[in-house]
Amino acid sequence: MTQLIINHYEAAAVILFGIGFMNLLLQNNLIKKFIGLNIMDTAVYLFLAAKGYITGRIAPIVVDGILDVEHYINPVPSGLVLTGIVVSVSVTAFSLALVQRLYKSYGTLDMDKIMSMARKEEEE
Amino acid sequence: MHVNFIHNIPFFSIFLAMFSGIITPFIKNGKYAQRVNSAMILIVGIMSAILFLNVTATGESFTFMMGHFPAPWGNELRAGPFEALMAITFSVVIWLTLAGGRTFIFEDVLSEKQNLFFIVVNLLFASMLALIYTNDVFTGYVFIEINTIASCALVMSKGKGESIVATIHYLIISLLGSGLFLMGLSLLYDITGHLLMPSIQQSIFKLMQTGEYQLPFMVVVGFIVLGLSIKSALFPFHSMLPGAYQAATPSVSGILSGLVLKSYIILLIKIFYCVFSIDIIHSLKVTNVLFIFGVCGMVMGSVYALREVKIKRMLAYSSVAQIGYIFMGLGLGTHVGVIAACFHILAHAVTKAMLFVCTGGLVDVSDKKDQIRNMRGAAHKNLIAGIAFTVGALSMVGVPLFAGFVSKIYFATASLYSPGKMAATLITLAISMILNAMYFIPSVIAIWSLPTEKIERAPVEPWFAFSMICFIVLNFALGIFYKPVIRILELGIGLLS
Repeated sequence: MTQLIINHYEAAAVILFGIGFMNLLLQNNLIKKFIGLNIMDTAVYLFLAAKGYITGRIAPIVVDGILDVEHYINPVPSGLVLTGIVVSVSVTAFSLALVQRLYKSYGTLDMDKIMSMARKEEEE
Repeated sequence: MHVNFIHNIPFFSIFLAMFSGIITPFIKNGKYAQRVNSAMILIVGIMSAILFLNVTATGESFTFMMGHFPAPWGNELRAGPFEALMAITFSVVIWLTLAGGRTFIFEDVLSEKQNLFFIVVNLLFASMLALIYTNDVFTGYVFIEINTIASCALVMSKGKGESIVATIHYLIISLLGSGLFLMGLSLLYDITGHLLMPSIQQSIFKLMQTGEYQLPFMVVVGFIVLGLSIKSALFPFHSMLPGAYQAATPSVSGILSGLVLKSYIILLIKIFYCVFSIDIIHSLKVTNVLFIFGVCGMVMGSVYALREVKIKRMLAYSSVAQIGYIFMGLGLGTHVGVIAACFHILAHAVTKAMLFVCTGGLVDVSDKKDQIRNMRGAAHKNLIAGIAFTVGALSMVGVPLFAGFVSKIYFATASLYSPGKMAATLITLAISMILNAMYFIPSVIAIWSLPTEKIERAPVEPWFAFSMICFIVLNFALGIFYKPVIRILELGIGLLS
C-alpha cells in the first residue's frame, strides 16, 4: 500500500491505462472508442514522464553552465513521450477520418448498428 | 570499405523503401507509381540477397550503428542470416504478389488514388523491413504503428462501405495490441533502463541473479507477448481478419496474411531471443500459454473455415489456423520448435500470398461471385489460377513435395524434443491436417468440376501467369530443397541468442 502511495503517479497511470483500454475494447460509440484510445496512450506518457522525473532536478537544458548529470532529470523518457505523441496523433487523425467516412455512409456512430448494416449489405 | 557497404544494407533497404514512399506523391499516374514501387522492391531484394550471401558465408551477424552513436545511446539495426533470409522472402513475396495482382489493383482502386496506394505499399514494406532488422525495442514500437496505419489504409483502398467497416475493426484490434506493447515497453524500460535489445538482456540477467523486480518483469513479458499476439491475430484475437481480407483487393489480402502478420511474429522471436532469452521465457511458462492458444487456433481456425461459403473468408480462417501452427512451434520452447515455426513463416508466406492472388483470378472468371458454389469450373476458365490454387491447397493440407509438408514434418519432429507436449502436438497436427483437407479439397474439386455451360477461356495476363508460375516454383523449391533453408535458419536462430 505504501508502495502505491509513493508511486501514485504510476498507479494513476496504470488505472487510466485500464480505463482507456476497456473503453477502446467495449465502447459502442466510435468517437468514445477513440477517446478511450487517447486516454490509454496518454496514460503511458504519464507513466513514462513520472518515471523519468527525479525530484529536485531540472529539465536537461544547459543554461547556467552546470554539466553535472546529478543536476538534471533523465531525458530519455521525455524523448519517448514525444515520439509516442507523434504516433498517437497520427493514429487518432487516421481513425477519426475513418469514423467520418463511416458516418457519411451509415449515418450512425454505433459500432453494433454499423456492423449489422454492413453484414446485411454483404448478404445482398 | 567493402565490409562497410554490406553493413549499410539493412539501413539502405529501409531508407530506400521510405524514400520511394516520399517521392511517390509527385507521380500522379498510378502505372508509374507501380513501376517505382516494383523497382524499389527489386533493388531491396537484390541488396538483401547480397547481404544474405555475405552473412551466410561468414556465418556471423552484425549490428549497425545509426548516426554513429555508440551502444547505450544510439539506435541500432541488427542483421544476420535469419534477418537476411526473412528480408529476401518478404521482398520476393511482396513483389510477386503486387505483380500478379496488378490488374486487380488497377480495377479496384480509384484511378486518382492509385499513386496513394503505392505510397502506402512502400511505407508498409519499409516498416516490415524495420521490424525485421531493428535492434531497438522502441523503434520496433514506432514501426509497428506505421505498419498498422499502412495495413489499415490498404484494407480500405477499395473505398466502399464494407471495406471501411472492415478497416475500423482491424484498426481497433491492432491498436489494442500496440497499446499493450507500448505499456510493456515502458515498464521494461523502467526496470532495465535500456532500449537496445542486448543492453536490456544484460540488465535482465542481472535482475534474475539478484531476484529483484520479479513481478514487474512477469507483467512486462505478459504485456509484450499479449500485445504482439493480438497484432499477429493469434486465436482468439482473429476476429478482424475475415472481414478485412474479404474487403481488400487480392494482392493486399495476400500481403496482409502472408507478410504483415509474420513481421510481428519475427519481432516476437527476436524479442524472445535477444531481449528475454529463451530460458527465461521457458521458466516463466509463457511458452506453455502460447502452445495452448496455438493448438486451439490450429483446430478452431479450421473449424471456422469449414463453415465458410465465401472463398476469401475461408482462406482468412485458414490463416488463423496457420498462425496457430507458428505459435505452437514457438510454444514448444525449444530451438527445434522455433526453427520449425520460422520455416512455417516462409512456407505460409509463399503459399497464402499465392492463394489470395489466384483466388482473385478465379473470382474474376466466375462473374465476380466469391461463393465457392458459384466458382464451379473456374479453373477451366483460368487455367493457371486453377493450377496455382490446387498447388496452394495441397501445400496447406501438407502433401509431400509441397512447402507445407516440410513444416508439418518439422513440427512433428520438434515435438519429440519437448516430451510433455508431444502427444498434444501430434494429435492436433493430425486433426488439423484432416480439417484442412476437409475444406480445401472440396473447393479444389469445385473449381475443377466441369460446368454445365460452355467453357470460355479468359485471356491469360502475362504478369499474373508469371507471378503464379514463380510462386509454384518457389513452393516446390521450399518443399523439395528444404535442407539448406533449415540449415540457414538453424545458423540464424543460433546467432540470435
